[in-house]
Amino acid sequence: MNALEITNIKVNYHKQTVLENVSFHVPEGSLTGIVGPNGAGKSTLIKAVLELIPKHSGAVKVYEQSFRQQKHLIGYVPQRNEVDWDFPTNARDIVLMGRYRKIGFFKRAKKRDIEIADQCLDKVGMLDFATRQISQLSGGQQQRVFLARALAQDASIYFMDEPFSGVDAATEKAIIHLMKEWKNEGKTVLVVHHDLQTVEEYFDRVLLLNKVPIEYGETQTVFTMDNLERTYGGKISFLERATVLT
Amino acid sequence: MSYTGWIIITGILVGVTCGINGSLLVLRKTAMLADAISHTVLLGIVGAFFITQTLHGIPMLIGAAVVGLLTAYLVETLNQKGVQKDASIGVIFTSLFALAVVLLSFIGSQVHLDTEHALMGEIAFVPWNRFVLHGIDLGPKAVWMLSTVLLISLTVIFLFYKQIKISTFDHHYAILIGIPVGFIHYLLMTLVSLSTVASFNSVGAILVVAMLIVPGATAYLLSDRFINVILLSGLIGGLSAILGYWSAIQLNVSIAGAMATTTGLFFMLAFLFHREGLVIKYFRHRLRSQ
Repeated sequence: MNALEITNIKVNYHKQTVLENVSFHVPEGSLTGIVGPNGAGKSTLIKAVLELIPKHSGAVKVYEQSFRQQKHLIGYVPQRNEVDWDFPTNARDIVLMGRYRKIGFFKRAKKRDIEIADQCLDKVGMLDFATRQISQLSGGQQQRVFLARALAQDASIYFMDEPFSGVDAATEKAIIHLMKEWKNEGKTVLVVHHDLQTVEEYFDRVLLLNKVPIEYGETQTVFTMDNLERTYGGKISFLERATVLT
Repeated sequence: MSYTGWIIITGILVGVTCGINGSLLVLRKTAMLADAISHTVLLGIVGAFFITQTLHGIPMLIGAAVVGLLTAYLVETLNQKGVQKDASIGVIFTSLFALAVVLLSFIGSQVHLDTEHALMGEIAFVPWNRFVLHGIDLGPKAVWMLSTVLLISLTVIFLFYKQIKISTFDHHYAILIGIPVGFIHYLLMTLVSLSTVASFNSVGAILVVAMLIVPGATAYLLSDRFINVILLSGLIGGLSAILGYWSAIQLNVSIAGAMATTTGLFFMLAFLFHREGLVIKYFRHRLRSQ
């Protein structure tokens, strides 16, 4: 069954087309990496899919129904630098934000919600930091707080925007562990990813993107040097070439 | 109540109302938009006068709210059309304010509304402008207007606390979980417009910016909880009004000026002495090197 069906997405920014002809479908319970050079429109694509930015045209179906009807099934981990980490709040509070749709906006969080938030923090090894002001956390710890918020959302389809960028080894492990767990639970995960070395290890499907989709499918068949050359337009570095080929 | 008492109450209301609403702007990094709105609401006041030919509170509040929203909307629109954010604020702010100044000179000496008064305000005159209903004197109009705006602000913040908080911290996530971020943004801009126009008579368009932004910026340095920043900001605003009034009387200077200066002093103290402040860092460094 397809968790996600994306048809013909086109996005303009100040009258310039930054993304077009993007159509693909994502099977339930798969881990998909969205890969491409800087400025290829990877983040733009997931933001357009999630209706966070306006799209020129295109349609998104979630479990065969319109995105708007199924919005509650979606979890999202934004790029870490997109939010203000000097914001006056602590880690537990951020995780509780993941519960708000269930709690309701005009009600207070109950003891049960706080317990769930703490369980989620515990799962990513951040329970000791629950009351820590978020600006005092390291980049990796901040990313784990975001993961805990995603956990608290208890979504069916997760979108993550460059979760591995600038994090320590422990956080990277925590992210991979969580992705695998989600997959085992039949959840679907899409990740904007830029590290070519780890693509084959982490994802079972890949979308190669550079303003238009270059290739999409199972990692084994799609993630070839030829296709990467087409995606990166010859800008692929010697080092990356070496690591992909080995 | 005595003349002095009314002035102090007015000052406290200005400080608390502007402090609370301003803290939200500081957290949302839209302080410059507040600066713009605090000036363009003059157009709302002049417009309200042209339509109603009076300077009553309610038409003034409505006029200010309309022009405040218009300002926020035009800035947003220019920005979306590719003009840089600070440039669009600069363009909208100056042109609407200039239009208000031109219209003001048409009114001329018809009423007590002139450029200097609009820019500087005069809190010392506030107690004479009374609110009289059916022959009963209910106190200065400014106090009524400010109390109304404070009550509206507190209600809005109480009702929409979570939505304001999430959309301030993480705009995109807020959209995803169904928070009407546009509505929240314009709601807060309305509160700023209302606070400004209610404070106009007392402190004027220029110093109201100090009352809006400085207490919020100070509280932001001192607190690490969203709710505490809001409350502390109101407290600093109110305290600045009291201390400002006291020092103005001692030194025989402008009351509004002294209030705004006091907010600045609070900020200086917080900047130097907060947890990560220069003074604390200096002493920590010395302790360590000994």
